[in-house]
Amino acid sequence: MIPLQKIQSRFVPLPMENVDTDQIIPARFLKATTRDGFGKNLFRDWRYVNNDDTKPKPDFVLNQSEYTGEILLTGKNFGCGSSREHAAWAIQDYGFKAVVSSFFADIFKNNALNNGLLPVKVSDDFLAQLFALGNESTLSIDVDKQTITIDETGKQEIFEISIYKKTCLLNGYDDIDYLLSNKQAIEDFEMNR
Amino acid sequence: MAKTLFDKIWDKHVVKQIEDGPSVLYIDKHFIHEVTSPQAFSGIEKRGLTVFRPQQVVATADHNVPTQNQHLPIKDELSRLQVQQLIENCKKHHIELYGLGHPFQGIVHVIGPELGITQPGMTIVCGDSHTSTHGAFGAVAFGIGTSEVEMVFASQCLLQSKPKVMRINIEGELHKGVLSKDIILYIISKITASGATGYFVEYAGSAIRLLSMEARMTICNMSIEMGARGGMIAPDETTYAYIKGRQFAPGGEQWEVKLNKWKQLHSDEDAVFDYEIAVNASEIEPMITYGTNPGLGIAINGCIPVTDSIPDEGERKNSIKALQYMGLEPGKPLLGMPVQNVFIGSCTNSRIEDLRLVAALVKGKKKNANVQVMIVPGSQQVARQVQAEGLDKVFTEAGFDVRQAGCSACLGMNEDKIPAGEYCISTSNRNFEGRQGAGARTLLASPLTAAAAAITGVVTDVRDLL
Repeated sequence: MIPLQKIQSRFVPLPMENVDTDQIIPARFLKATTRDGFGKNLFRDWRYVNNDDTKPKPDFVLNQSEYTGEILLTGKNFGCGSSREHAAWAIQDYGFKAVVSSFFADIFKNNALNNGLLPVKVSDDFLAQLFALGNESTLSIDVDKQTITIDETGKQEIFEISIYKKTCLLNGYDDIDYLLSNKQAIEDFEMNR
Repeated sequence: MAKTLFDKIWDKHVVKQIEDGPSVLYIDKHFIHEVTSPQAFSGIEKRGLTVFRPQQVVATADHNVPTQNQHLPIKDELSRLQVQQLIENCKKHHIELYGLGHPFQGIVHVIGPELGITQPGMTIVCGDSHTSTHGAFGAVAFGIGTSEVEMVFASQCLLQSKPKVMRINIEGELHKGVLSKDIILYIISKITASGATGYFVEYAGSAIRLLSMEARMTICNMSIEMGARGGMIAPDETTYAYIKGRQFAPGGEQWEVKLNKWKQLHSDEDAVFDYEIAVNASEIEPMITYGTNPGLGIAINGCIPVTDSIPDEGERKNSIKALQYMGLEPGKPLLGMPVQNVFIGSCTNSRIEDLRLVAALVKGKKKNANVQVMIVPGSQQVARQVQAEGLDKVFTEAGFDVRQAGCSACLGMNEDKIPAGEYCISTSNRNFEGRQGAGARTLLASPLTAAAAAITGVVTDVRDLL
């Protein structure tokens, strides 16, 4: 996993709630056997007319050049539904490093963290402030300090992340490295059940 | 200290607790399928590892398989390659595979229980959010992502934070024509599609105790649709009777040993839950969804809520967008609305009991000429039982399209899809935009409500046909 320490970037606003993983990446694009290349089908059915990738829908935010950046800003209960990790892969492959919302679905949150994609949970109030910003505004996210800041006003909120996951993100460690280092404890557990 | 059922099982599986962090949780059974496993296999191979405990992994092909002519090669190239990859990975890593053509093949959440692999007290995971189904046996079962599949391959463990525990008590008797699918759609409509996020849910109460295992699986299956990590029901005589004698159920002396352990698996009387909800079973009517998340449901004879009256701005916008997609109007009833498709199947409702209920209702009747009806048994074993009981003839004579086992039109991944713009009354679990095919409009309901619409061609209160 690539370490993630700080992000400073503009953002792409998607002010919708309950965005499910079938919208993030529809099932028909889950047939690949590698982790790469899912970004081109991110939000596929919201992005293109009649599934035709030569016909972008002009009203969808990913097709509007004035919105860009490494941060996806979205409404509550983001990533609900299917456990497909392809959703996190698609968001990351598209170029996002963090998703900011007031509420994440559990499995999506784990999948994101396991890939070094940072889910930043903010208050409803702070989220509303972010959505109200202009498209040139930038945000700064500091993983170590657990802060997200609106650069132009300095307004800031602290987000939660477990110490364990923070260490993983900052250093690019993943859970498998940790689990493998506990092989003896796992074998002992099996012996003593 | 008094413990919940969830705590009893969880605590027994903690190998190690990281301070201010997750637990190393031991996994008893790991189910895999073709869609969420290939990257996990290549992941461990890249690290030079092999599968740590292959005998605790069971594989099947279900999401991507056709439900017709399964003896022929899969037509879609990418689907065929993915299924082939599973075969090769299982062979290389010595994992038991119930693939296409195997008499045990089927939807992963149907075959685990019917083979007796799913047992009380276990921790069970699968790269599929509907793994919560197995909780019906008093197991801690939950869906995981592919990185986590890789972790279980590598170590038979997962790093997991302990969720909070919610109990939903459903007391009283169900009305005629009301099934367990209606119970869970009712609950989700009350607490919303995110109302149980962060929780593991135990379903309890007199109405639950009266349900068959198949009906309990339907409820636990949809726990994820309200955001819950998983759902579970304490095992009882119904559970033991279901498991006994199945292919991989404990036999001989082992049965008694296991049974004694299973009888300890219940929440202690004074156990404290983080949240409790009471539901009166007699208030539940046959349910149907009208929107694009499973929480947007109403009683079959109700009206679509008026969007202006929704106080929360976000929810109001969601609702307006959902109705736009669905082509429906607020304030109007669904009863009597024509549907073009009926899908009976999926890990929610494709077990033998579901198909028996449908057969009993449609026997001697013909489907409406304007409706396409697809009925898809959850497994090869269910399909064989359908034939043994002559239910396939009932379905064929009614004009239903009887398919072979697989996930089918639940998720718009394989050949079975609902055409854009058309309505489908579906016994599956998700009504998300495009879930059953780009532009398809899904109305979630019970197998009885689906069967009733198959006969009449319109949204129907099944109680009028009973």
